Amino acid sequence: MISRRSLLGLALVAPLGRSSGALEAFADTIVPGATRAGAMTVLRLPSLGLALLLPGMAALLDTRAVLSAGRPLAALNPAERAALVDELLRSGGLDREVYVLLALLCASAFDCAAHLNTAQAARSGHPGLRHLRFPMPDADGLWRFPEYSYGRRLAPSHPQTTAAGSPP
Amino acid sequence: MTFEKADVVVVGSGFGGAVPAYYCAASGAKVVVLERGPRLTRFPHSLRLGEFTRAVDLVVGDGVAAVTGNCVGGSSVVYFGASLRAPSFVFERRCGTGRRVWPRAISRASLDPWYARVEQALPVEVPQWSQIAYSGGVFAAACSRAGRTCNPVPLAVDLKRCVNCNWMLAGCDFDAKRSMLLNYLPAAEAAGAEIRPLHEVQTLTRGDRYVVSYTVIDPDDYRKVVGIGAIEAKTVVLAAGAVATPPILQRSALDVPGAVGKYFSGNGDRVSIAVVDDKKLGMPYEGFAVGRPINTMSFDRLDPVQPEYERFSLQQIYFPAITNVLADTGFGDSARDARAKWASWLSVLAMTEDDNEGVFGPPAPSGSGLRLALSVVRSSLRYRPSSRTLRGWALADDEAKAILERGGLSTVKPWRDFAGSVTAHPLASCRIGDDPRTSALDDRHEVRGHPGLFVTDGSAVPTSLCVNPSLTIAALAERASRIIVESTGRPARDVPLPGKG
Ligand SMILES: Cc1cc2nc3c(=O)[nH]c(=O)nc-3n(C[C@H](O)[C@H](O)[C@H](O)COP(=O)(O)OP(=O)(O)OC[C@H]3O[C@@H](n4cnc5c(N)ncnc54)[C@H](O)[C@@H]3O)c2cc1C
Repeated sequence: MISRRSLLGLALVAPLGRSSGALEAFADTIVPGATRAGAMTVLRLPSLGLALLLPGMAALLDTRAVLSAGRPLAALNPAERAALVDELLRSGGLDREVYVLLALLCASAFDCAAHLNTAQAARSGHPGLRHLRFPMPDADGLWRFPEYSYGRRLAPSHPQTTAAGSPP
Repeated sequence: MTFEKADVVVVGSGFGGAVPAYYCAASGAKVVVLERGPRLTRFPHSLRLGEFTRAVDLVVGDGVAAVTGNCVGGSSVVYFGASLRAPSFVFERRCGTGRRVWPRAISRASLDPWYARVEQALPVEVPQWSQIAYSGGVFAAACSRAGRTCNPVPLAVDLKRCVNCNWMLAGCDFDAKRSMLLNYLPAAEAAGAEIRPLHEVQTLTRGDRYVVSYTVIDPDDYRKVVGIGAIEAKTVVLAAGAVATPPILQRSALDVPGAVGKYFSGNGDRVSIAVVDDKKLGMPYEGFAVGRPINTMSFDRLDPVQPEYERFSLQQIYFPAITNVLADTGFGDSARDARAKWASWLSVLAMTEDDNEGVFGPPAPSGSGLRLALSVVRSSLRYRPSSRTLRGWALADDEAKAILERGGLSTVKPWRDFAGSVTAHPLASCRIGDDPRTSALDDRHEVRGHPGLFVTDGSAVPTSLCVNPSLTIAALAERASRIIVESTGRPARDVPLPGKG
């Protein structure tokens, strides 16, 4: 049962959880620039249904940071953060799934603008796609590559290849 | 209580479901196909969560995660079209049991005519070298320099229509990918089969006939149930895919064989990322995002004289940027620096001989597991690679390095394993065989002790295949379809290939 008092507590803590910057620090350790690329927007996508859990996740990250390095995540230097994130993702603990999920989602903001239509994101200069030098779509929002091949044989085929192109 | 009636109910509309649906309908049976996913007609090029995720699920177990299709057409809609026959030695595998694991009735030679039918029905073509994308060319060049061979991969793609967009994971907006949407399913519908999207089968019960119970799913939120129903049929074909078929059987009030939900294989899938140095390559590359996902592969290590667990293929492949986080880039600045070279990445997929280590725990109340969000499903599947599987992966890693790191061409690292091993090729969780202790199905694909109940999807394939599995799943389904049709008392011989009648 959630009491009115704990709801009130949650409401008070929620903005704090956000402003502690733990989630942003985590995202920017997975890939520097993930926050600017939209990681917090991805985490709050209504379809994911994670928004209510985020303050708890931020608190969890800070707890782990304090336990292992004596300070909240955002207060650690980049090397300390990287070491901690690596440890969290490898750990055998039950909370590992939380970190894996966070890592996947934060990276997806940077690597593929997971909160945006990809064509629109590419055209509007989304920082992650730009960093990858993601190719631009055609005017209709679809990709096509008329040039895509070296156009020549580059290796001998296996001598026992069957007529269907399969191994024997 | 009375239920709606059909002659044959097919569960799932991927390779394993579409093939028997067609043959049963064409032989005159009243066929209903129940498919959990939506029926999609457009396939936007977008990695926005909520767009491509409509058709793809990530089924997360303990130690393994499987990517599968979730729409009419199943995984064939989102797959990459590589269409290979499994090497002969695969059918002779013993998997440490001292005897063949595949049924005596099935060998490469006996399956070849069925493979040929599927190749004609899809159809499959072998690309010319002028149709091989840059990434496939680089892999081939590296193989050649290392003294290896390298082949163009046969594809179920209409290469004349293909625009080389590299968005196959999102489906195909150009009707170039020859998924089930272009061959077996339209032929099944033309023959009278009815396909019902957004119908998720939950249980089977058995009296005189089987009763197949389903829920109807909200197209905008797959977690919501908007209706329920049941159909009665004498023949039921389960083809929900290798991560979905076992939970249905486990949950059903049937006394199913103990082998159901055991012996799962991820096909020995193991992905590595190379970062190519253009200067060492001696030709321009930076073409990771260009072309089709799968172009070339090496058969050199599919050597039948090598010991079991030491044979594998290596295939060039492209997974969209949503998987970049799995690349072993380190964290912080090194993760960013690695991504600056994304255009020079090259990924390779090893398909090895694993040990069928996967086991399903008790089933979730519905579906393939607990749907956490959008397209993420928590499964009871547990996978712990054996020392033999690990050794196969280590050998494949060595071979990838020998090819791709030669002369400083690139550096290669396997995907991070923080999500366990990741497979797009789930298999063997309800498999055919001769030994009732290790196979839930007999060599006719019938569930032991349950006449008229068949399984024809990837779960029926007994072992990893050392190549991509779709053609084998379809060939086995072709073979089983004849048996299923005959079991309904109808003649099966004269049914033409789909679209060829
Ligand atoms: C991204 C990707 C790329 C791939 N590329 C290749 C490739 O190039 N070559 C290759 O050979 N293989 C490839 N594969 C694998 C191949 O697609 C699969 O092995 C094959 O499609 C599996 O066929 P199936 O019939 O076993 O299952 P599926 O095709 O997965 O069909 C199962 C169907 O059942 C439905 N379903 C599940 N549960 C229920 C339920 N309870 N009730 C009703 N319906 C249900 C699902 O929604 C699905 O449509 C790829 C897979 C993926 C995901």
